[in-house]
Amino acid sequence: MQKRLANWGNYPAIASEESSFTQEEQLRNFVSTNHELIARGNGRCYGDASLGKHSISMLKYDKILSFDTEKGIMECQAGVTLDQLLDILVPKGWFLPITPGTKFITIGGAVASDVHGKNHHVDGAFSNHIIDMDVITGTGETITCSPNQHTDLFWATCGGMGLTGVITRVKFDLKKIETAYIRQTQIKAKNLEDVIRLFEEYKHYTYSMAWIDCLKQGDSFGRSILIVGEHATPEELNAKQAKAPLTLPVKRKLTVPFNLPSFILNTLTVKIFNWLYYNKNLKREINNVVPYEPFFYPLDAILHWNRGYGKAGFVQYQFVLPLEHKDGLVAILKRISDKGWGSFLAVLKVFGNQESLISFPMEGYTLALDFPVRKGLFEFLDELDEIVLQYGGRLYLSKDARMKQEVFWKSYPNAEKFAAIVKQYNNDKRFTSLQSERLQLTR
Amino acid sequence: MPSVLILGAGSDMAVAIARAYASRKYDLQLAARSGQALIPLQQDLQIRHSVNVTVHDFDATAFNSHAAFYEQLPVIPDISICVFGYLGDQEKAETNWLEAERIINSNYTGAVSILNIIAERYITKGSGTIIGISSVAGERGRMSNYIYGSAKAGFSAYLSGLRNRLFHKGIHVMSVQPGFVNTQMTQHLALPPLLTAQPEAVAAAVLKAADKKKNTLFVKWHWKYIMLIIRNIPEGMFKKLKL
Ligand SMILES: Cc1cc2nc3c(=O)[nH]c(=O)nc-3n(C[C@H](O)[C@H](O)[C@H](O)COP(=O)(O)OP(=O)(O)OC[C@H]3O[C@@H](n4cnc5c(N)ncnc54)[C@H](O)[C@@H]3O)c2cc1C
Repeated sequence: MQKRLANWGNYPAIASEESSFTQEEQLRNFVSTNHELIARGNGRCYGDASLGKHSISMLKYDKILSFDTEKGIMECQAGVTLDQLLDILVPKGWFLPITPGTKFITIGGAVASDVHGKNHHVDGAFSNHIIDMDVITGTGETITCSPNQHTDLFWATCGGMGLTGVITRVKFDLKKIETAYIRQTQIKAKNLEDVIRLFEEYKHYTYSMAWIDCLKQGDSFGRSILIVGEHATPEELNAKQAKAPLTLPVKRKLTVPFNLPSFILNTLTVKIFNWLYYNKNLKREINNVVPYEPFFYPLDAILHWNRGYGKAGFVQYQFVLPLEHKDGLVAILKRISDKGWGSFLAVLKVFGNQESLISFPMEGYTLALDFPVRKGLFEFLDELDEIVLQYGGRLYLSKDARMKQEVFWKSYPNAEKFAAIVKQYNNDKRFTSLQSERLQLTR
Repeated sequence: MPSVLILGAGSDMAVAIARAYASRKYDLQLAARSGQALIPLQQDLQIRHSVNVTVHDFDATAFNSHAAFYEQLPVIPDISICVFGYLGDQEKAETNWLEAERIINSNYTGAVSILNIIAERYITKGSGTIIGISSVAGERGRMSNYIYGSAKAGFSAYLSGLRNRLFHKGIHVMSVQPGFVNTQMTQHLALPPLLTAQPEAVAAAVLKAADKKKNTLFVKWHWKYIMLIIRNIPEGMFKKLKL
């Protein structure tokens, strides 16, 4: 049946035929007898990566296959969400090795985007923790791949946006935790220079990220709050927390029930929001111990906050610049503040060194900004793309809905190699998405 | 530990029911044509809920195997749920007996065969609950699916008679009419969203109604009234409609 599908940014939206499976045999059959397919997890990528003519919903492919509580190894089907996994892992003293800023994504989505977390500089991306996985490729066969088995398929699947086939099973390692709490420190930074200095100073912390106010000019240009954290030890908990150090946080849910009119999000409201956010921390530095949920997933507390951007939707613009070019950040933020097109969320993170075929992270700084879709936006973002290219950076495919083809081919050094591997496993273009068409990834 | 037997455990609705009972710490016996195919679900339930789960081969249309199937179950389950069914292809079944037979056997004859065996066991034991998932399609035959509908009608009548008989032996029988459910069986049909239930909602409703010892359950309350209307349209008028 035709269904209207859109991902987290609500842009673009298309009519798609959706199918879902619970048995591998049926899925394999379906893949080998159909064309123009793309796997879809929970639709939490922002743009058009999991949109296509026929989408294969993986959400019912959600069985946990094994959990080694001694060694910390999880094996599950690709449609399991991080949310479901945390419910099982945390009470047993384990945590996800890598988690993005939302827990409502599937494991297949985590692999296909090769997601990064606040700990990239220490623990790398999701691909660094995979033991092995199964992929149903364009020939309709299931291939097991890993860093030492079918390595070309493995590396092209990590960050490969579903173009090598359907990931069905993933086995990966976990992180030992003693408590379900995080010892966090929040530090106010006066401006961009200050926050970059703080990132260096605090780089021994496992988790770090900063919220930037990107509308401030002058001395306060780039003022931010750096947030760093570590999994708390039992000794660091207060008496109440220590009673049950590994209990799951209570599930509380607020929701934005419908699309807000877009005029609510204009420059003024962004300024007010940022002012409040910055000033809610009165002291320069705050130290406390908090449950892991607000630390990792502050936005998940408000389900469907994406509807706050109105019907036209929004795009997220996330780029990374090599470490030696952090001055590029200034150039880009300046363009945004001059334009006055701020964003509620401007998140700055640092990436560590990573070898990758097609994954997004590289050693350097990454910034993510939201922009409501409006007239002139895409032209403006094309201008920002030029600056990103000029500084040797690139854009995150999982957030992208509009990048021009040339930008991709110029900025991903292994693009040709990736496309060649995709061709081999996805021969007669069985897997295609709006994104792969736009960027000509399966040509 | 209390336990549940689920017949036809591979379907979306069955998975949701299995998860709901597992989260209440029931042990589970899962049965489907290929027990092997249920292994991922078995692992999943064991890991998530720390309950015991066994898997079994069960073919609703292989009537002769039903007694032996039931004999080899590890324990007599407290609750037995008949979830299996086969929608089939109405048009094909009109001219192809094999298809018609498969629809009838999967939805009616097979269910009668296994539930007869279960009923006898429960009578000897003096307790038990039987839940049958029937269909609103059994309320009145319509041109678009009357082979399936007539088999479900038979099943509904069977359950109602069984309920009547077993009531006197302290055994509870519940029939469920889920209406449209968003499952693999229906994913290519354009179902009206307001009338379509998610499998998880069906499961929650089934557990709640079983706790309260309800006799019949319409999962979305609208269905009760829709079927009331559909049942009461005079036949002379009904036959002219293209339903
Ligand atoms: C609030 C928010 C915060 C975020 N924060 C971060 C962050 O900090 N770091 C980060 O890296 N990302 C972040 N993201 C992006 C998100 O982690 C990725 O987009 C992720 O891939 C979404 O997964 P999904 O299961 O929703 O998949 P979808 O969005 O449905 O699909 C994403 C891609 O994965 C492919 N895919 C999905 N399942 C399979 C499968 N089984 N087999 C093959 N391909 C598959 C799709 O084809 C598509 O290309 C964030 C997103 C949101 C909404």
